[in-house]
Amino acid sequence: MEWIRSLMLPLQGSEFAKEVDSLYMFIFWLSVVLFIGITIATLYFAWAFRFKPGRRTEHIAHNATLELAWTIIPLFIVIGIFFWGVNGYTKYAVAPGDAFQVQVVGKKWLWQFEYPDGSRYVNEIHLPVGKPVQFIMTSEDVLHDFFIPTMRVKHDVVPGRYTSVWFTPAVAGNHHVACAEYCGKGHSDMAAKIVVESQAAYELWVKEGPADLNRPPVEVGRDQYEAKGCNTCHSIDGTRGQGPSWKGIWGQKHKMKDGSEILVDENYVRESILNPQAHILEGYEAIMPAFQGLLREKELAGLIAYIKSLQ
Amino acid sequence: MGHVVSAPGKTAAESPRPQKNYLNEQSGLWSWLTTVDHKRIGIMYLIGIAIAFLLGGLMALLVRLTLLTPDHKIFGSSTPILSAEAYNQVFTLHGAIMVFLFIIPSVPAALGNFVLPLMLGAKDVAFPRLNLVSWYIYVIGAIMAVASILLGGIDTGWTFYTPYSTTTGGAVTLMTMAAFVLGFSSIFTGINFIATVHKLRAPGMGWFQMPLFVWGIYSTAIIQVLATPVLGITLVLLALERVFNVGIFDARLGGDPVLFQHFFWFYSHPAVYIMILPGMAIISELMPTFSRKTIFGYRAIAFSSIAIALISFIVWGHHMFVSGQSQMASVIFSFLTFLVAIPSGIKVLNWVATMYKGNVSLEAPMLYAISFLLLFSIGGLTGLFLGALSTDVHLTDTYFIVAHFHYVMMGGTVIAFIGGLHYWWPKMTGRMYNEFWAKVACALTFIGFNMTFLTQFFLGSQGMPRRYYNYLDQFQPLHAFSTFGSWVLGLGLFITAGCLLASLRKPYDAPDNPWGGTTLEWATQSPPITHNFEGQPVLEREPYDYRPVGAKVGH
Repeated sequence: MEWIRSLMLPLQGSEFAKEVDSLYMFIFWLSVVLFIGITIATLYFAWAFRFKPGRRTEHIAHNATLELAWTIIPLFIVIGIFFWGVNGYTKYAVAPGDAFQVQVVGKKWLWQFEYPDGSRYVNEIHLPVGKPVQFIMTSEDVLHDFFIPTMRVKHDVVPGRYTSVWFTPAVAGNHHVACAEYCGKGHSDMAAKIVVESQAAYELWVKEGPADLNRPPVEVGRDQYEAKGCNTCHSIDGTRGQGPSWKGIWGQKHKMKDGSEILVDENYVRESILNPQAHILEGYEAIMPAFQGLLREKELAGLIAYIKSLQ
Repeated sequence: MGHVVSAPGKTAAESPRPQKNYLNEQSGLWSWLTTVDHKRIGIMYLIGIAIAFLLGGLMALLVRLTLLTPDHKIFGSSTPILSAEAYNQVFTLHGAIMVFLFIIPSVPAALGNFVLPLMLGAKDVAFPRLNLVSWYIYVIGAIMAVASILLGGIDTGWTFYTPYSTTTGGAVTLMTMAAFVLGFSSIFTGINFIATVHKLRAPGMGWFQMPLFVWGIYSTAIIQVLATPVLGITLVLLALERVFNVGIFDARLGGDPVLFQHFFWFYSHPAVYIMILPGMAIISELMPTFSRKTIFGYRAIAFSSIAIALISFIVWGHHMFVSGQSQMASVIFSFLTFLVAIPSGIKVLNWVATMYKGNVSLEAPMLYAISFLLLFSIGGLTGLFLGALSTDVHLTDTYFIVAHFHYVMMGGTVIAFIGGLHYWWPKMTGRMYNEFWAKVACALTFIGFNMTFLTQFFLGSQGMPRRYYNYLDQFQPLHAFSTFGSWVLGLGLFITAGCLLASLRKPYDAPDNPWGGTTLEWATQSPPITHNFEGQPVLEREPYDYRPVGAKVGH
């Protein structure tokens, strides 16, 4: 039976996922039985009572016993399903008091995470296995939705208020976070990665940062390009995205919306990343989120070096 | 009166062709544009919704084609079929056109307009001029919707969720106003039908002698009249916010984006039943006619229509279990949602039971009715996964939802609509369609539909969110299979259209009562005369009474 479950449902990343799956599989088998029953009855009646000229049909207008039975029995079944669903939902809705709290901000089109110690990450975080974690979420622009299929949790991320999800990661490995509430062009690319790992590996990650920064800046920049979600809007092959491509822009003069021209150099790129609204390139919209406080100095330098390398 | 039990496929020779009917009594475009005849207005609606269905359908095929490969390219082309922006616009328009221009007016305004007064033994609807006005409002709304496509398009999804819809570019205001205008068409039609059912029943026809199609359309009309104004108000508020920056839904202006969802679903959930109840109403006609046996549980079906209409008003929050509404509200909405499963289940079992000890022939309308039973059962049963709170959290906003509502809306309503169209086609046009090709088309539609949408349950439960342009590589095989299915489905629907249209080239060849139906529309000629009946018909027997004349009558 496990293979049937895995045909429909992803990896069970938490105890809660198992709980959801057990109800899912119950409804699934119930549906299969009912559907096969209805199908067989329909096809059998169509065959057994197939048209014969002159066949007299019986006048059966109703049958109170039968009708009461198929009203009341399903009623009990669905009420049972209702309580089973509420039971799981209660666990989903109430986080344990000692859960590790991570602040999440959704914005077009990236996920920003802030740990209790103030360190910030974009689109990738690590968590220790077996420790309950709660995400307190809000949005900077439109509705988003924080969806982790392997954990079976999902909640809308709403501007102007806080919502939350929590779970206890039970399986080490990479868990995919998707945006499940339509938010525009980059909706399907608004993804994050949660790396669940042993306590020791997690502590090492906290200490050393998300990536090894003591490498050539171009390599650090190339990693950051994907890790920080730059690739959602900026291509590196010249195709036009929501923002300008990075290919071949270094050393060029860019024409701005206000008519001025600016040379693409270290200072301009730095400003464009940390405070993108300061100058808007002609033909593009002012939609890029500010990365002030989201990048380490070495990561920023890496990105500048990477853009420089894309000639 | 109207209870002649004839063998299917009786030829024209047995019932002599009438000279005059509603189609040829007057001619010329002007006579159509100024008509107050409910049958002609029904035909004009039919043309309107057919165009909308074609447009919406082509967009659906385009969406599926774009999702065929992860890079959206086929045959080695260098550019994607649609860019991300264009994709977002196309799926939005697919939804908006299908919901507002096709499925809501499909059964009530097109088939209902034609059939309802005939079934009641009436000359016309209660307010014939209002009926024509409704059609013109529909056309104006449709033109506004098409204009908004040309004037920048919209990319909000058909749900217009704020604050995305108040901040994105494009012709969102015009499109919401189009839906606003279309709402009035729906309201007027609803008022008209309610009045017609109350006042224009033939002598001898009490409430429980009405055909079940009338019960279904009547229930629908109640929802149309009560719920549609809420959509109108909501869309006006949205337009006010967009144009004048009034802070109702936008958190930056002190509004609440979740409030919009409450308003929107307060209409749009009942609207789901505006869509499905008429489909159920058609099945309640097809089952007894093609089983040549009375409907099983007439009153249960009639009351369950009303029950569904009433419960539909208090379940809107089940669209919002993860939206940020209060958790207690979610629990209550979940409970109420399960209650609506009961009357829907009762109907399905009643229809199946109607075939028991019947004399069942499988002409195309009955094949559609059986398709409906199977597809709607899948649609209904997968609703259990979504009504339950903990499973809904995982499944909502994924392809599971997309598959579920297509099984209900398309596998349910559209299949029933096409079945009803075949059923009443001889009455409407005076011609029999080609039975062989109609059956082939039905089979292709059924197979293609399941290929397209059964796949999407698996996509969704595995975690594929909806409204996605790019997707993870692991989902590609299922996406490709779904796209192949959409081609089979499209082929089936094109053959259906061709088969029906081809019949129009023939002379009138349809008998008055080709299926042996017992309701009053079969008691007049095909096509009917402008005033429907010669004189006032009187109901002498209950509908679906297949006992020989002279047998003891009554339940």
